[in-house]
Amino acid sequence: MSIAKTTLPGSLDQKAKKPVVRYSWNRMKRKIIPYLFLTPFLLGFILFLVYPLFYALNLSMYRNRLIGGITFVGLDNYVKAFQDKNFWEGVRNVLVFGAMQIPVMLGLALLFALLLDGKLIRRQTIFRLGFFLPFAVPSVVAALMWGYFYGQSFGPIAQIATALHLQPPQFLTPSGILPSIANISTWQYTGYNMLIIFAALKGVPEELYEAAKVDGASDLQIALRIRIPIIMPAIALTAIFSIIGTLQLFNEPNILGAVAPTVMNSHFTPNIYVYNLAFSNRQFDYSAAIAFTLALVTAAASSLVLIGAFRGEDNK
Amino acid sequence: MTVQAPSQLQRDGLQKFSTGKFVAYVVLFTFLGYFLLPLIWLVISSTKTNAGLFSSFGFWFDKDFNFFQNLKALFARDNGAFGVWMQNTAIYAISASLISSFVSAMAGYAFSQYRFAGRKLLFGIVLGSVFVPGTVFAVPLYLLLAKSGLSNSLLAIILPAVANPFGVYLMRIYAEQAIPQDLIDAARVDGAGEFRIFLTIALRLVAPGYVTVLLFAFVGAWNNYFLPLLVLSKSQLYPVTVGLAYWNSLASQPGYAQVLYILVITGSVIGTLPVMIIFLFLQRYWQNGLALGSIKG
Repeated sequence: MSIAKTTLPGSLDQKAKKPVVRYSWNRMKRKIIPYLFLTPFLLGFILFLVYPLFYALNLSMYRNRLIGGITFVGLDNYVKAFQDKNFWEGVRNVLVFGAMQIPVMLGLALLFALLLDGKLIRRQTIFRLGFFLPFAVPSVVAALMWGYFYGQSFGPIAQIATALHLQPPQFLTPSGILPSIANISTWQYTGYNMLIIFAALKGVPEELYEAAKVDGASDLQIALRIRIPIIMPAIALTAIFSIIGTLQLFNEPNILGAVAPTVMNSHFTPNIYVYNLAFSNRQFDYSAAIAFTLALVTAAASSLVLIGAFRGEDNK
Repeated sequence: MTVQAPSQLQRDGLQKFSTGKFVAYVVLFTFLGYFLLPLIWLVISSTKTNAGLFSSFGFWFDKDFNFFQNLKALFARDNGAFGVWMQNTAIYAISASLISSFVSAMAGYAFSQYRFAGRKLLFGIVLGSVFVPGTVFAVPLYLLLAKSGLSNSLLAIILPAVANPFGVYLMRIYAEQAIPQDLIDAARVDGAGEFRIFLTIALRLVAPGYVTVLLFAFVGAWNNYFLPLLVLSKSQLYPVTVGLAYWNSLASQPGYAQVLYILVITGSVIGTLPVMIIFLFLQRYWQNGLALGSIKG
């Protein structure tokens, strides 16, 4: 015990004579220790994230033809991807989806967070938990449930409409499918985003609001001028994660596709296209190129949001 | 200014904005209905017969309470496939979340407590990887797993969960806030080894953050659909999500057994229940943990 004490680098009782070799061995150990702590994670990180990434990048530069076998084609797959109508149709679908779903979801999340953060509302816990509960539901179950909910045979919406002698609304039609999926995502993730924004609001010191109140600012003014600008980074973060999630949309259309096969095609979203290219057509190389092109689109969309968020901050 | 002044102002504010308060409650209760009614519908539906599903009103019980018969039929279908799926999901979610939270805690601790060469660069790479869409990894991961003979085993979906960059990020922030340097130094002076310090002191201090990472890893694994769908082709290895989607696709096929609808609905209730119970049970932990994490985030 005392050995460790005296050999600790930088400890005060350096006078105690200790072998120099031992000292540097301990220094070595101190240098190695953080890497030891990191090793299990880094091993997984390299094996399951970094290596697959480079494997896919390499894969995307080859083409496997029936005649001629596997040949290196450089960026040909990417040229093909950029001209692929199916891919861009999927991108258009998810962008339209995101343009209507993300603002609604984050707007609601922000509204709820602001309402629940103030002293206005009692029994906040009921709302916080109730709003968050859909996040605990597997997205597969959410899609199945809403798929039945929308359905014409035993869906309650159609039942109510019929009872009121109204035409039951059709949800899973070519024009209705995107808003219908958007509703599922909003239902599922609003509460989660609300909690993130709520937590950010909790971190803002109370005195900031009090000062503004003394100056006669209304609750709305305080929300718009103080609270929202302060938590802008948290909002931007939720926006970026929503964009990443949206561009990868897969589970909901995949599940609803079983209920409404006529409105869903093999390239309805980019991710469904990647999946079908790889597993129905066995075009792994081209599907990898599509996946990387999607990552580029994602990066572009995310940086646009970041730039927008920070420009908004500068103007304030 | 005295301490009482702000609270007086607040009280005035409360009374002045009672219309606002009313509107706020109307909005909140409306959305509480929006978030909970579909789930209530799901639970009510699971108590009906397949015929009752079509003939009775969705938001009220049918004359027969058929939940336990449905449960029995659910676990009997396809030689007990559902029970196997639940078991797979449990094994998968428990092991993936235990491993990934511990590994993330170790890495987050290292980033927060030590200064070492490559620290900034490494953390930058880890953080950056959070923003790479999972699609990019999915296909190569499938190919690599198939090559190594791991596809069609539960390991194929457990092992990739070890790489949880977001968990590392959160654990680093918790560790920075919750672990006083003096305490660690004191333990070192007392002669405790570095790994023992981590296990006995650090882990206890970061407990709320740890539970948050554990819980979200658990939910992520429990609810995962994409990777198991790609990697697993044997139905006896399916998790509950892939199994239910498979039954649903059968039920929707024209002329096929529509009786599956009620089983998918009952299975959805059973498959969701564990996650909900855990979330409600541990709410104090994860709400604190989430708050801690996003102050800096």
